Amino acid sequence: MLEIKEIYKTFNPNTPNEKKALNGLNLTLEAGDFVTIIGGNGAGKSTMLNAIAGVWPVDSGKVMIDGVDVTKLPEHKRALYLGRVFQDPMNGTAADMEIEENLALAFRRGKARGLRWGITPKEREDYKELLKTLDLGLETRLRAKVGLLSGGQRQALTLLMATLKKPKLLLLDEHTAALDPKTAAKVLELSDRIIEEHGLTALMVTHNMKDAIAHGNRLIMMWDGRIILDIKGDEKKKLTVEDLLQKFSVASGSEFVSDRALLG
Amino acid sequence: MNVMALMKALPGSVAQGLIWGLLAIGVYITYKVLDYADLTVDGSLCTGGAVAVMMMLGGYNPYLALIGATVAGMAAGLVTGVFHVTFGIPAILSGILTQLGLYSVNMRIMGKSNQAISVDEYPLILSLRDISNTIIVSTIFCAVVIGILYWFFGTELGRSIRATGNNENMSRAQGINTKTMKIVGLMISNGLVGLSGALYAQYQGNADVNMGRGAIVIGLAAVIIGGVLFGKIFRNFAMRLVGVIFGAILYFVVITVVLQLGMETTDLKLVSALIVAAFLAVPYMRGQYYVKHGKKGGKANA
Repeated sequence: MLEIKEIYKTFNPNTPNEKKALNGLNLTLEAGDFVTIIGGNGAGKSTMLNAIAGVWPVDSGKVMIDGVDVTKLPEHKRALYLGRVFQDPMNGTAADMEIEENLALAFRRGKARGLRWGITPKEREDYKELLKTLDLGLETRLRAKVGLLSGGQRQALTLLMATLKKPKLLLLDEHTAALDPKTAAKVLELSDRIIEEHGLTALMVTHNMKDAIAHGNRLIMMWDGRIILDIKGDEKKKLTVEDLLQKFSVASGSEFVSDRALLG
Repeated sequence: MNVMALMKALPGSVAQGLIWGLLAIGVYITYKVLDYADLTVDGSLCTGGAVAVMMMLGGYNPYLALIGATVAGMAAGLVTGVFHVTFGIPAILSGILTQLGLYSVNMRIMGKSNQAISVDEYPLILSLRDISNTIIVSTIFCAVVIGILYWFFGTELGRSIRATGNNENMSRAQGINTKTMKIVGLMISNGLVGLSGALYAQYQGNADVNMGRGAIVIGLAAVIIGGVLFGKIFRNFAMRLVGVIFGAILYFVVITVVLQLGMETTDLKLVSALIVAAFLAVPYMRGQYYVKHGKKGGKANA
């Protein structure tokens, strides 16, 4: 479903702030894989997701989605294949537009946008039903501006938008990190449910080791712009936080440095 | 202050407000919808006026001249858009570059710095000789433009432009070509500015190479006055645009009053700048006050 081959990306090359963010990154996902990604600060987790989404061009390497080489496609063209949820709840929705307008924008992902009216009555009914499944009371507030919603509500809505048109690949970039623990758990549960219902292939970056272990069928750990651990199947099911820390120090030759990951 | 003279001057300010209201709607589209400070306006207003006057002098139908002016304005917006989007020049600088270049273009179009067109010899659509007709005609233009824009910004394309101004990251993630949207928005905006320039040139009976100087400030004044005074009552998109027109009318009424108070016309630019500064400062200072005193403040969704 997704194939990443030898991706390199250096930010601010030839300056004192030079940062080799991705160092020959390789990753292959099967259809239906739900992969959690962990790693310390600056390990390249979000950078990898951005490389897949095409936020900037990579220095070298190749990104293939479902057999299509998207390496040279701009971000808005890759959107045809991708659903994305960001860390900052403000990022995934248009605050000054209504809930139904946001959904209607997402519903047209990958389609040419012309002079047809931006939302149909039929759609409105569908959105109402969909919002009901969130159980957040949003189904009665279709015309409310998204800016009025809480962070958790906005993330739930973004998740719905990301999966409204079934994406080939769902990218979740620490999408619960900015939420309070209770809301985070709810949004995570919702993510699980949506991924399972639609049989989506997904990549989820998290700073929480327990979450990384509890969710998905495969776990990868990044360090220094590469993948240093790839755990799947039964091994993933039996995994504990201690195992993970042990494996990390063996694989990287250093201690795991992310306070957030250990405390989270 | 001579109240009688003021009363006599007021219909003229309303007429000017309606004509400049079209420019103000153009500014609203860039400044508020696209979140883009576009300074092309100062040049494209004159381009619209110049094209319209030269076309009419050349014997074209005045309505055809209005279309020509609108298209010329759109071309100016396209240039600014390409400067910004394709060449990566910062938004404000892109507008300044186009505006500067347009001075030469406008001179080329007109052949000299001022081209007069007499209402006695040409079938002008409106003129300051007949204020009541001007008010009727420009009101119709404003109504039609608002109607069309209300429809347009409800379409898939229009909503994508609004999304782009609102959240570019989200728009790209939803597959919207934000670069194209910005260019389209700039074209629509400057098309309206060109139309406004064409009507204004007819109103005053000439196109002048300096007619657009400071136009962006007048447009901003209208947008901001409209927003501050009517923002709470007018929530619907079409009504917000009506608020912008009211803002433009109010601006010209204030200017008329200031003139009646005995100020020179050359003082007007200073007055305009201060009006815009004041209306921008009020919401900001109010926010500061609340934050300092720990009352409800900041953004509602913070």
